[in-house]
Amino acid sequence: MPNPTRIEVNCTTGEVLEIELTDAEVADLAAQAEIAAAQKAEDDAIAAQRATDKAALLERLGITADEAALLLG
Amino acid sequence: MPTYTQIGSAVTVGALGAASIDFTSIPSTYTDLKIVVSPRSSAVASLEDMYIRFNGSTASVYTSRNIRGNGASTSSASSSGTSVYVATIPATTNTASTFSNVEIYIPNYTSTTAKSFSVDMVQESNGTTAWSGLIAGLWNPAVQAAITSISLFPDTNFSQYSTAYLYGVSNA
Repeated sequence: MPNPTRIEVNCTTGEVLEIELTDAEVADLAAQAEIAAAQKAEDDAIAAQRATDKAALLERLGITADEAALLLG
Repeated sequence: MPTYTQIGSAVTVGALGAASIDFTSIPSTYTDLKIVVSPRSSAVASLEDMYIRFNGSTASVYTSRNIRGNGASTSSASSSGTSVYVATIPATTNTASTFSNVEIYIPNYTSTTAKSFSVDMVQESNGTTAWSGLIAGLWNPAVQAAITSISLFPDTNFSQYSTAYLYGVSNA
């Protein structure tokens, strides 16, 4: 089974090449995508946790987000 | 009056798919760049993410902020890493023949300072939920240089009929 390809557009010549990735490039791309996906998952988890913490704090204080914004404004 | 000029050739991914779409040898004759992408992934999944990288730079010199919503939940996040997340895209188990729409604007791409860029993306799938988002990104390498190549890549592969166009924007 052939390796996946990448599409390269040379913006100076206009040439479009479909280049089969080498085994090393396949491994590198997979590793890079894995790093990027892990980073995004981590960022999303932090954002979700922050939202949960904020909701819990508002609940504990017995105020709404709008009321909290008023206090901080 | 600003003008848009298509640079290079339009890309339409063929039947074999593509691991990445790379625009190379980008001339420095424009003021700004704009990329318009309609991506779908061939992964066996509902959704995948798409990322951008400049000049082949794989160092951890990218940062971003994003706000997103899908009709049921919202989120915002900051990120730093070796690329920037620019879109959520449908994959094989999502609604057939649906694609995301992504526009990326890169002002002042030949400057010798950090390059900022903005992204607006939507993933419409005729389903109950679908992601939309705005992203602010920054590429800040140790040695600043004009952007001469841009790489777009999903977690797995772009599927057939995904498209990408690069435009140069001239301000005079």
